Amino acid sequence: MLKYIIKRFLLVIPVILFVSVIVFFVIQLPPGDYVTHYAAQMAAQGEKMTAQEITEMRQNLNLDRHWFIQYLLWMRDIIFYFDFGHSFNYNEPVTAVIERYMVLTLVVSTITMAFTYLVAIPIGIYSAVKQYSIGDYIASAIGFLGMATPNFLLAIILMYFSYVNFGNPLLGLFSSEYEDAAWSWGKVLDLAKHMIIPVIVIGTASTAGLIRIMRAQMLDEINKPNVVTARAKGLSEQKILYKYPTRAALNPIVSTLGWTISSIFTGSTITAIVLNLPIQGPVMYEALLGQDMYLAGTWLLFMAVLTVLGTLISDILLAWLDPKIRTEIKGG
Amino acid sequence: MKQMRANKRSTEQPLLSVEDLKVTIQMDNAVLKAVDGVSFTIEKGKTLGLVGESGCGKSLTSRSIMSLNPKECETTGEILFNSSLDQKLKGLNILDLDPTGKKIRSIRGKKISMIFQEPMTALSPLYTIGNQIMENILLHRTKNKKEAKQIALEMLRKVGISDEEKRFNDYPHEFSGGMRQRVMIAIALACNPELLIADEPTTALDVTIQAQVLELMKSLQDELGMAILLVTHDLGVIAEICDEVAVMYLGEIVEKAPVHEIFNQPKHPYTKGLINSMPILGTGKQRLEPIEGTVPLAINMSHKCGFYDRCTHRIQGICDVQAVPETQVSSNHSVRCFLYNEHEEDEQNA
Repeated sequence: MLKYIIKRFLLVIPVILFVSVIVFFVIQLPPGDYVTHYAAQMAAQGEKMTAQEITEMRQNLNLDRHWFIQYLLWMRDIIFYFDFGHSFNYNEPVTAVIERYMVLTLVVSTITMAFTYLVAIPIGIYSAVKQYSIGDYIASAIGFLGMATPNFLLAIILMYFSYVNFGNPLLGLFSSEYEDAAWSWGKVLDLAKHMIIPVIVIGTASTAGLIRIMRAQMLDEINKPNVVTARAKGLSEQKILYKYPTRAALNPIVSTLGWTISSIFTGSTITAIVLNLPIQGPVMYEALLGQDMYLAGTWLLFMAVLTVLGTLISDILLAWLDPKIRTEIKGG
Repeated sequence: MKQMRANKRSTEQPLLSVEDLKVTIQMDNAVLKAVDGVSFTIEKGKTLGLVGESGCGKSLTSRSIMSLNPKECETTGEILFNSSLDQKLKGLNILDLDPTGKKIRSIRGKKISMIFQEPMTALSPLYTIGNQIMENILLHRTKNKKEAKQIALEMLRKVGISDEEKRFNDYPHEFSGGMRQRVMIAIALACNPELLIADEPTTALDVTIQAQVLELMKSLQDELGMAILLVTHDLGVIAEICDEVAVMYLGEIVEKAPVHEIFNQPKHPYTKGLINSMPILGTGKQRLEPIEGTVPLAINMSHKCGFYDRCTHRIQGICDVQAVPETQVSSNHSVRCFLYNEHEEDEQNA
């Protein structure tokens, strides 16, 4: 098993290197660069940059070199100095920008994910066990509705209701008085209050989807002969339900857990913009708009690495859960 | 005829008696009579073979005994299980029990157990076979895990799995089909049941393995003394281990007799057809005679004999109008066919 994990881990390295080249290539593809963007901004403020100023700025930032040279320089800094470059927009190192938004992103994402799984799995099981009951129909209706409603629309609706009923649309993650305050119980409570809408908005679609998946998996498992065998042994219905169908139905769900890692770190973008959440999604969006290439590039690379690692984690989880795959690994 | 049955019951109570068992399934706009008034008994330590084509209701009949039918089914009738060890069960109709309740669960796996057709899907792929054997031992025999493991290992040895200490921790996919069925048998017999229901236990296995598994069931029956209800479509399997045979067709038992009588003097045209469609080794020239036609669906059936459309001996004006009564050909041979109705009357007249 350990040999398998090490082997898989070594395979990850070339994949990530390859992905990083593509990422960098894609980032510099749009016409113009940060300097054009900057000059346009200055012009809008009434200050015209001379052609010489523009070339000098380009030279200072190494933007006049071939993109592959720029890539190599970037990689050299990453590998030797753990320096992912400089964010032009924020005028500070990329790592500092990412660090600033990371904690809140993780908080929002993990709570949303916990909400999704905690709500979806029990409802999915119930829906399957009581197939075609009123409860099943209600769960299915809500599920389809949740999948079909665009997140940003739901966000706007919830903000509206919050404003009408409580006089506060609960924008952002903190009220203004706590924004810059040190951490205290008041701040945590304030955060919790502000979390409700984002968690519901971001979580609804995936919850709805997960309910459907869990229900279908359970229906598959409930009718398997091994459940009849368990019943013929005299086990109670509840014990049978937990030990056989539920455990088997969880396999595909747990094994896809790894893939959700990248979305945990990035957070959602459109919803975050609508709700004005200080998390990574909007930062990434701004970086792409403003041709802030190192920030955007680092982001894309980060997501790619997380996806690759997530897949690796999924494979390991699957091997851990499924005895059949475990045997294959032992054999090979 | 009825009197004779009553007499038989009073002398010695059979281990299992099934009376007028009916299983119906409500379809969208019709009722499917999957099992239509089946009655039979199994004596202690004996083997009854229930034989018939797919869809004749034999599996539902066997599952009714443990109240394991799917919830879409409506099951009525009387199933009495006369355990010699548990007097409390006497006179209790299994079908009256709550199918998920405590009472029926204390019978399942302990007094009556079951093995199934597909040993791969009947075992869960997620747990070791040791775990799956110990499950019902821990439920019915002992709460002590060490003791349960000892019993499980002994069972594995009994069903012919060598190196049982190591195999105990293996998963079902690491066993071959025949070995898996042996594991199933070990699970079923782990609590010394008085009745074993085997639902097509050899159908999914190679012929050579089939013989081994049947041999194993027979020797375990000699050793442990349980009765067996063997459900199969394979007359060869019946010939090998059964004492008595009930032939099922379209939800009804059409003929019931001791095993040698079924093969030597089959009465019902369907039984004859079944025997004729069996290949006999060493008589290469003989062509097999299939039964023409297919089993009709048991929906909205009229009173006529279910086999009417396929029968070569049908009597127009009788077989297609009247319900067919059961005729006793001899003391332990009964048949549901008009061809023998007169025969009985002749005897009575004489």
